[in-house]
Amino acid sequence: MALNFADLEIVYEELARTLDRLSPSEREVFLCKLSLLMARDLGDLSRVQAMIQTAQNHLETL
Amino acid sequence: MRPAGKGAHDSLYFTYPAFTAPDRAHVLAREGCKVAIVGAGPVGMFAALTLARFGIASVLFDKKDTFNDGSRAICVQRSSYQALERAGAVKPFIEKAYGWTMGRTFYRGEQILEFEMPHSDSEKYLPMYNIQQQFIEQYLWDAVAASPLIETRWCSEVTGADDTESGARLSVQDTNGRYQIEAEWVLAADGARSAIRSMRGLRLKGDNFPGRYVIADVQMDHAYQTIRRALFDSKSNPDKTILIHRQPDNIWRIDYQMPDGQSEEEAISEDNIRDNVGRILRDIDYQGAWELEWWSIYSANTLALDDYRDGRVIFIGDSAHIVPIFGVRGLNNGLADAENAGWKLARVLKGLSDERLMDSYSPERRGATLDVFENATKSARFMTPPTKGWTVMRDAALSLALDHEWAGAFANPRQMEPFTYTDGGAVLSHTETAGSVKPGAVLPNERLSDDAYLSDLLGNGFTLIVLEEKDPAGLDALKASLLGLDPELECITSGHIRARFGAAGLSRLHERLGTQPGATLLIRPDGYLAGAWPTCVADVIVAQATAAFGRKETH
Ligand SMILES: Cc1cc2nc3c(=O)[nH]c(=O)nc-3n(C[C@H](O)[C@H](O)[C@H](O)COP(=O)(O)OP(=O)(O)OC[C@H]3O[C@@H](n4cnc5c(N)ncnc54)[C@H](O)[C@@H]3O)c2cc1C
Repeated sequence: MALNFADLEIVYEELARTLDRLSPSEREVFLCKLSLLMARDLGDLSRVQAMIQTAQNHLETL
Repeated sequence: MRPAGKGAHDSLYFTYPAFTAPDRAHVLAREGCKVAIVGAGPVGMFAALTLARFGIASVLFDKKDTFNDGSRAICVQRSSYQALERAGAVKPFIEKAYGWTMGRTFYRGEQILEFEMPHSDSEKYLPMYNIQQQFIEQYLWDAVAASPLIETRWCSEVTGADDTESGARLSVQDTNGRYQIEAEWVLAADGARSAIRSMRGLRLKGDNFPGRYVIADVQMDHAYQTIRRALFDSKSNPDKTILIHRQPDNIWRIDYQMPDGQSEEEAISEDNIRDNVGRILRDIDYQGAWELEWWSIYSANTLALDDYRDGRVIFIGDSAHIVPIFGVRGLNNGLADAENAGWKLARVLKGLSDERLMDSYSPERRGATLDVFENATKSARFMTPPTKGWTVMRDAALSLALDHEWAGAFANPRQMEPFTYTDGGAVLSHTETAGSVKPGAVLPNERLSDDAYLSDLLGNGFTLIVLEEKDPAGLDALKASLLGLDPELECITSGHIRARFGAAGLSRLHERLGTQPGATLLIRPDGYLAGAWPTCVADVIVAQATAAFGRKETH
């Protein structure tokens, strides 16, 4: 079941604060570790692969 | 600021009045007053009207000779309309303002969120209305000028506020000279740079956000609904934010976050304003002519006094707190301060309550400010992210929102419902609740017929709503005991409601309030629920209400 918005917002805020505590080089590794942890817990390869695609959309700056 | 060659009050659509100082002999003849209000901005004027609503006279001082320049605060929320109505001042607002319920947020030109503010047929007023601050001040002033209980002294700067045995002594400097006047109570409504606050050695505390906004008003024939438009990372302001609001008289408010690489002086030069506004208007597909009316610069702060009361001096409005514009609470919160302080002070001055009732003002209104801070901080962190972490998260949410509706919710401006009071003692928090209504919350409204709402039935003072199936035998006795608490007490029973609105009206009311037959509610003069009891137990109600609002000697 998807996380409700209030919980999602808690995640948003915790991530923002965590990113601020990390150095730029640590940030990338942290986000990848987090993705692997979440992927393992999600337990669904095709969904994880779809998310890897979705997350690449609209990355270019205007 | 206004275009080159125009004076500070040279508006395309509004004629500012020119006031003069009061007659010298008159000010010297009057030695004292019960309530002095420093500052005739919207909050000071509304405080005077609220006191007058309860028969209390006041003297209102302002150092200026006219209203505040520029349109400033433009969003007036539902609860403020209800407060204006209680003070008998809402009519011109209804006629002039544009109501709205909806907002749209765009990211890189694509809509990512459309939100509706909470609204239903049960409500008498829309969630929000747009109207320029000078109209707000004009309409409040019309009501102030018409009240025999309010004496206004323009061109009169308060330069001192010293404690006395029975209140404070104000020093005043007007165009004709200096004088002093005694007041039992002082309401400091002298704005963000409050002189009274400094005189009393008090300071606002809190945070400043990075990111500056330019606020520009233009006049143009732009065909678009009255909604809140927010633009993130648009062509006309890359990486930055823009807010667009419609106001009466073909005026449009363009708030835009200052582009990088511009100093504050550059950003507010007329050429840059015209450049930036022109680019934004082309971006939203407006091709027609436009005229620049007024502009200003703004940064987001969450600042408040630790205590809104300093002895006999009570701070209301911007003198007590400064909030970011994104929650549109600056003015709305100030009006709520004025009403809260006003009804309580009126009771104290009439001898109906002890002075301790004033102790509830700061916890209630400061609590509301802190609640605004929490939500406005979220909004501000989204509108102008303060650090790398918040910027990355904001950009991630916006980018996801292009494909996923759920992510758009992060861009919601969170213009929330009125705050529920818990601290301060002016809410009977220990009573059992009756249904879904909780003491300390605003009484929900309900439409009872084509032209009547629950709020129309409430009295000027406290209102007791007794939803007994049959009028209880002791109702007269209860009323009599509560009249000692408030001679203006209004009493509404199920019988009244059924007689006027039928059984259907009564059941609609129960449904809206979540009450069962038998429930008894006590409503404060500011529309907040003071207490709720599952049955009409007279001695309990009288004891609790008297303890909270009455005088110590009488019980
Ligand atoms: C440029 C600008 C833009 C703004 N834009 C927005 C906006 O977009 N949205 C929003 O919600 N809010 C906005 N605000 C804030 C909003 O205008 C205030 O929240 C609102 O005006 C507060 O009302 P007030 O009566 O408390 O104070 P004010 O309106 O500041 O009134 C204070 C009054 O006290 C008088 N005064 C001050 N010192 C003395 C003295 N010593 N003696 C006598 N009189 C004195 C002043 O002359 C003034 O009339 C803006 C404010 C400014 C300045």
